[in-house]
Amino acid sequence: MSDRTFVTACLVPLAVFALAFLALPLVRLVQASSESEAGWQIYLQILQTPRYLETLVNTVLVSLAVSLAALVLATTAGLFLARNRFIGRGLLLSVLTLPLAFPGVVIGFLIILLGGRQGLFNQLLPGHIVFAYSLTGLFLGYLYFSIPRVLLTVMAAVEKLDPALEEAARTLGASPWRIVVDVILPGLAPSLVAAGAIAFATAMGAFGTAFTLATNIDVLPMVIYTEFTLSANIAMASALSVLLGVVTWALLYVARSFAGTTVAAGG
Amino acid sequence: MTLTIENAAKTFADGTRALCPTNLTVGPGEILSLLGPSGCGKTTLLRIIAGLERPDAGSRIRFDETDVTGLAVEHRNVGMVFQSYALFPNMSVRANVGYGLKVRKVPAEERRQRVDEVLRLCRLTDYADRPTHALSGGQRQRVALARAVAPRPKILLLDEPLSALDAALRDSLRDELAAMLRQFRITAVFVTHDQSEAMAIADRIAVMSSGTMLQVGRPEELYHAPANAFVARFIGNAMPLAGQMENGVLHLPGGRLQLPASAAGKTAYIRSENIRLDRSGSLEGKVETVTFSGGHFRLAVGGVLPDGSLLYLQHPGRTAPESGSTVRLTIDPSDLIYLADQTSTHS
Amino acid sequence: MKRSLAWWLQGAVTLVIAAFLLVPAVQSILAGVTVNYFRGLSSGLTLKWIERVWELYSASIFLSLWLAIACLAVTLVIGVPAAYALARNPGRLSRMLEEFISLPLAIPGLALALALLQLYGTLSGFRTSWTFILVGHVLYTLPFMVRSVLAVLMAMDFRSLEESAATLGASAFTRFRTVIVPNAMPGILAGALTVVTLSIGEFNLTWMLHTPYLKTLPVGLADSYASMRLEVASAYTLVFFAMIVPLLMAMQWASARAQRIAQ
Repeated sequence: MSDRTFVTACLVPLAVFALAFLALPLVRLVQASSESEAGWQIYLQILQTPRYLETLVNTVLVSLAVSLAALVLATTAGLFLARNRFIGRGLLLSVLTLPLAFPGVVIGFLIILLGGRQGLFNQLLPGHIVFAYSLTGLFLGYLYFSIPRVLLTVMAAVEKLDPALEEAARTLGASPWRIVVDVILPGLAPSLVAAGAIAFATAMGAFGTAFTLATNIDVLPMVIYTEFTLSANIAMASALSVLLGVVTWALLYVARSFAGTTVAAGG
Repeated sequence: MTLTIENAAKTFADGTRALCPTNLTVGPGEILSLLGPSGCGKTTLLRIIAGLERPDAGSRIRFDETDVTGLAVEHRNVGMVFQSYALFPNMSVRANVGYGLKVRKVPAEERRQRVDEVLRLCRLTDYADRPTHALSGGQRQRVALARAVAPRPKILLLDEPLSALDAALRDSLRDELAAMLRQFRITAVFVTHDQSEAMAIADRIAVMSSGTMLQVGRPEELYHAPANAFVARFIGNAMPLAGQMENGVLHLPGGRLQLPASAAGKTAYIRSENIRLDRSGSLEGKVETVTFSGGHFRLAVGGVLPDGSLLYLQHPGRTAPESGSTVRLTIDPSDLIYLADQTSTHS
Repeated sequence: MKRSLAWWLQGAVTLVIAAFLLVPAVQSILAGVTVNYFRGLSSGLTLKWIERVWELYSASIFLSLWLAIACLAVTLVIGVPAAYALARNPGRLSRMLEEFISLPLAIPGLALALALLQLYGTLSGFRTSWTFILVGHVLYTLPFMVRSVLAVLMAMDFRSLEESAATLGASAFTRFRTVIVPNAMPGILAGALTVVTLSIGEFNLTWMLHTPYLKTLPVGLADSYASMRLEVASAYTLVFFAMIVPLLMAMQWASARAQRIAQ
């Protein structure tokens, strides 16, 4: 077997799998979205139906809030952990990054343990604090799986930051605050954009957490799920899936052109 | 084995001509060096011989009487030492050296004997079971060589085998490599951009530039009788004496030189080692810089050549004229090299 | 060195985040071994909830392990040669193919599951078999394997290694087996641990693709959260943590190692 033949043969399993289980199903999904009475107008319908539009806005707002919060918190912690060496740092780092691959359902359950009817907060202050099933619960759940992702990206970027830049700024008399604003944040900017986009896209598509919290707030993945299983409105479920897929993919694609890698998705 | 290259050419997919049609024969046991600046096509030619690069249609490569042009690299039985050495990081020294025998399914006992023998010849016996990353640069080079010769290849190909080493090590390993290549008695082609390396190791040198083979010959032939200006400059840095020729006399800004009649219509070249300081010399110039380089002083003299070109000379004395002083120079006409029409050459 | 206020604030934020991530996890671990969660630890420690989980869900746990192993096997067979082929042809077409197979990282699992269901849902033999779930897991984990191996290959001069093996007489397959695969091992290992970890934890796709007779570990978790008492749900979560946390740690170690080599 010649060299060229061998290399081509190496791609065959991937090509067959990707065609059968990715390309064709996606084509089918797009096609299915047009198979209601509305035809391709269904995408217009999404924007005209208050329930869907509201869901869309809700999802975008929650995801945006989560990404911003995760960016602020994880950048603070990431800078702290990257710049300081102390006993227990390794342990702290593990605690902050291990939830990376916890599935969304488990995170939903953890939020219930914190803020559910029998949760920690309600036990400490009985009758007052139940937030798991509200927007707050959803927000905290999404924050839970966003923080490790953003933290890992930020820490990788901090380590690549040239310490000489900071030292140069210091020799020029810059205050610590000015150094953060003028040197560190601009240096981290591409990674922060990328990390923010990953957090946003993951939150947009997160299903497990919302599912476990059985929240009464409609987010896009939950609506897709109910349209498909309960209403059997397959065309609408497909159209919403296509919309969700296109938005998250486009966002990540743009973000990746700012900075190299994506951290394990999931949730 | 005799290597015969006929009409070998290489045009890349984007239309770049890496190698113009080239003919070359390397005799049994001969060591030939492909010498030229980077991008001259020497590595492309080496890779065509190895079978790593497919030459253009019409090219022919023969090992003795066998045409190997269409033969895949793994069936050519060549040994190659790569510029980076490309030692397998996942194998010990012994496994690296034995790899070629193993993939050719040589029985274990015979393989062990052969590997031991090659390791001994390359003075690697003590390092046989080390991982390759634990070796020094010189040791890595010897492993690469041992690995290439262990399967008894028909021809040994070396791509800049010394360039990965630091300067201090390079000089001492150059002679060692020359000695080792001779002991294996294999036809060898090795690529380098360093003329001193080529001269020290090769029986014959092929000088290449811009995809063309300009001259093939023994080192002293290339030095004393370069075929064109490029070879004259590349081998031993000959400097052109560009001036007006009238009735057998070369008029230079710094004076005149009497040339033989055969020099008419040609450009004269001189090397720095053939110019002497001489109070009664016919040429006059001003010393621009003086550098001491151990065995001699190197002087750059202005005003001898036109257009502000500097003439370099080696002065073996214990003292040298100071920069800024005026000196007189002598050139023995028998040291001059005459080459036709400078404009048609590559530089 | 004197610590500034900003330093203390930063440290405090870091600790609060760590507490936010750690406290509920510890709660669930404790709840899983407490006799009565509402009366607290004073009610005593017990393993009966874990035994109960074993009775109820051992089939799910074994199914997940089996799926993870099968998923690893498939991603190895498809992903490692593909990564090599992509590394050999670093052109636009390869970038596009890599981008395409990475779609499952960007497109939510729910959307992918819907797509698979609509194309293959009517093939009942396939739809109801464990291989249907496997397809979803492979779809989701394959890009991690391909990228992990590709990164290590691109970082080393694998072409020279391969060419030198070729001059020594090794055929294309022998070169792949004896030179490419052993030297890509750090990337393969990191990819393998990622695949197994993600497969065991995968929920979004699996929830849509599973059948009542084929519940994976996370599907079982969702089931227990909805219908079991808190102690059982916690005990099940504890079992899940016990499986996933060592894998996660191994994955992070292997990825860091592969990245060091890739630099």
